[in-house]
Amino acid sequence: MPELGRYAFAVLTSYGAALALLSGLIVYSVLRAKRVLRQLREAEARRGPTQ
Amino acid sequence: MPKLRAMSLWEYANPRKFMATSAALLPWVIALSAICLGTGLIWGFFFTPDERLQGASVKIFYIHVPTAMMAINAWAMMLVTSLIWLIRRHHVSALAAKAAAPVGLVFTAIALITGALWGQPTWGTWWEWDPRLTSFLILFLFYLGYIALWEAVENPDSAADLTSVLCLVGSVFAIVSRYALLFWNQGLHQGWSISATDGEAPVADVYWYPAMISIAGFVLLFVALVLFRTRTEIRARRLKALITRERMA
Repeated sequence: MPELGRYAFAVLTSYGAALALLSGLIVYSVLRAKRVLRQLREAEARRGPTQ
Repeated sequence: MPKLRAMSLWEYANPRKFMATSAALLPWVIALSAICLGTGLIWGFFFTPDERLQGASVKIFYIHVPTAMMAINAWAMMLVTSLIWLIRRHHVSALAAKAAAPVGLVFTAIALITGALWGQPTWGTWWEWDPRLTSFLILFLFYLGYIALWEAVENPDSAADLTSVLCLVGSVFAIVSRYALLFWNQGLHQGWSISATDGEAPVADVYWYPAMISIAGFVLLFVALVLFRTRTEIRARRLKALITRERMA
């Protein structure tokens, strides 16, 4: 771990905030993608085979 | 001799073509993004020296600069796809703009947060109503408004029309965010951090190389997220159409 001195709070909070926000966006995007795909498959199954 | 067929960008306006191509591209883009982000950020955080004036706070550079760049570039991408929607009415382009907005919002939020955290020890203040900072805050609010407008309008075509117009208006602030220093030549924020403006490199090589790799990682992350989220939006649009047909039957 590098010596951050008096900048430790600013540097670590910056990396932490970026990681938290990006992780939140990725998790939300993946969960929504899974939900939409599941609902689409159900709707297509209800519709039956296309002509 | 087989006849070579010229690939046209407009082929990707076909949702099936977009889904097939993006499915093939996504794993590569995700892997490259992870490699670049891992390399750039680990190199920058662990293996670069403290800067003479800014000390260890220079390590924020590897997050702040790429996310600030991408916050503006994401809006530029939304502007192009919004114009394509308004002119050529390709649904995939409108959905790509919709998919990119939350990504741009998160990049803008990270740039604002890391900027405040960097500004406090460097300038002695978390926030200043400086032209670049203020225009960035307005850009953040435009992202929020853009996302809210998509959610507020029931008809997807009307929502695409209205959000595209909002995107055109917001582009003024995206441009101002990038060129604020040239327009006003005042404020706390420094000039461009990466590109040389007077023939002299703005940062030393020891910081520049990991920063470039980190920027490449954030660009690829943006591309990966937009491709992934556009695929979801295309499916969501088809789901909505199927549910509407079910209700009408």
